[in-house]
Amino acid sequence: MVAPSAILIGIFVYGFIAWSLRVSMSDWQGLIPSYNFTGLDNFAHLLFNDRRFRVDIRNTAVFSVAFLGGATTLGLLLAIMLDRKLPAETFFRNVFLFPMAVSFIVTGVAWRWLMNPALGVRVSGLNLLFERLGLDFLINQWHMTSPPWGMAFVAIPALWQMSGFAMAIFLAGMRSIPEELREAARVDGASELQVYRRVILPLLRPAALSVVIILGHISLKIFDLIIALSGRQLALDVPAIYMWTTTFDANNFNRGAAIGILLLLSVAVLVVPYLWYARRQEAEL
Amino acid sequence: MSAPATAARPAPPPAVRVTPVAPRRRRARLLRWAGVALLSLMAVFFLLPIYVMLITGLKSFEEVSLATMWRLPTGIYFDNFAAAFRALRPNLLNSLALTVPAAVGSAVLGSFNGYVLSKWRFRGSQTLFTLLLFGMFIPYQSILIPLVQFMQTINLYGGIPGLILVHIVYGIPITTLIFRNYYASVPTELVEASRIDGADMFRIYRHIMLPLSPPAFAVVLIWQFTNIWNEFLFAIVLTRPASWPVTVALNNLAGSQIVEWNVQMSGALLAALPTLAVYVLLGRYFVRGLMAGAMKG
Repeated sequence: MVAPSAILIGIFVYGFIAWSLRVSMSDWQGLIPSYNFTGLDNFAHLLFNDRRFRVDIRNTAVFSVAFLGGATTLGLLLAIMLDRKLPAETFFRNVFLFPMAVSFIVTGVAWRWLMNPALGVRVSGLNLLFERLGLDFLINQWHMTSPPWGMAFVAIPALWQMSGFAMAIFLAGMRSIPEELREAARVDGASELQVYRRVILPLLRPAALSVVIILGHISLKIFDLIIALSGRQLALDVPAIYMWTTTFDANNFNRGAAIGILLLLSVAVLVVPYLWYARRQEAEL
Repeated sequence: MSAPATAARPAPPPAVRVTPVAPRRRRARLLRWAGVALLSLMAVFFLLPIYVMLITGLKSFEEVSLATMWRLPTGIYFDNFAAAFRALRPNLLNSLALTVPAAVGSAVLGSFNGYVLSKWRFRGSQTLFTLLLFGMFIPYQSILIPLVQFMQTINLYGGIPGLILVHIVYGIPITTLIFRNYYASVPTELVEASRIDGADMFRIYRHIMLPLSPPAFAVVLIWQFTNIWNEFLFAIVLTRPASWPVTVALNNLAGSQIVEWNVQMSGALLAALPTLAVYVLLGRYFVRGLMAGAMKG
């Protein structure tokens, strides 16, 4: 009963990766496939001679730091507040989670207008709101801020969409900590703040690991959100977009495949140890 | 690892509390209200885009203007939604024709796999499971070129059937994971007893596991419905304009210079409506799928 799936995944994941690897080491540029072996030339070109790819790496780094930092901080903050059993907890939880059910494309289209960078008489979106509220100092150019910092603003819609996920994981982690542990700390004279800092946070390490792995691999792959937010601008270029344009617009299939393989390697560095660890942990049970 | 150590540190000598009880309680209440205020502020941030999409959609064409985008509509008009619906109708139908069969197909395969991998462990079944799971994390850019070539070779490039196949295949990892975790909680004795009675693998699945599976199917179907409805990369690479699902069409609408922003926003809300409705009605199941993705066991 697993055979069909095993075969399908064998072809569509592992077979195709091997095929991509072959294309990435070929001279295939143009519409007719060509598989003459060129070794690591395409990788060397991307890593050492290609300014655009270097910009992409920098952009991904800026985005990932802003996104991961923001999502873990915001997620943790929201989880702690919800953990305090404040009124309307279910309502708030649902509000923080619903963007997860929405497409990155929808998010991008909505935020494209909220983060409208126009200034002066054409000011609109959040900038207009800031102006009306007398918060002029907050008015800015959003993702059109000069590179690479525009990328950090791309993290705002990404945070809108995904920090609920971080919150849910942290909250589940907190709820699984036995109440006696908190009680014991309180009896020992710990303040509520200390209970969180000394008891809860250290026990949330596995949850934090999950959040960083899942959101980290998403930020390496980020693609749809940027396309919908701003089209394809060089200032906000990332490897996933570069792969797409160089392959399907410029017909540089070998370069596109090489970018795909590099993306795969970066994700694998993050995910493989995690899968390994999860499997070992399960074997011990 | 420092956690238990610090938690178990000997208690400091009991401090003599000089603060009377009443102010402390008042401070706690104040903190509670500060917490609620902060949560509400965050809720505003999360609801803001939906609010703007909604009020923009409900304005008449005449009162739509970027300069007054935060102003409430003077009445309820459906001009914008009608225009967006006219533009996106074929694509919404494409999305439906894509999403339902793809979700069902990947759920069925996932249920088979989850059953076998949790109840019929064989040599290498753990490794197989890990290899399947890895498919969930790969950046699809790394398989995109062979995928296009393959779909062209088997004559499934450009239309919805091909896209259905692709979503079924790449849905296998997550559906397998959710079903496996679910079936792990079914007592193995049930399976073993029928095995002694001579039932084979498929009969046990049909008569014992399948009747127990509706909750897991609900989680998986909702999760897959949402994911496939929202997907963009496969859709834009593998389909021709006539078969575009709504995400691709919406992105196209947003990139167009002719279509007004108000119609784009209304279109975004329309495209989000089916998955939002599922979330509102069946959010419990959706969140369970979400947590399963985080792989806790």
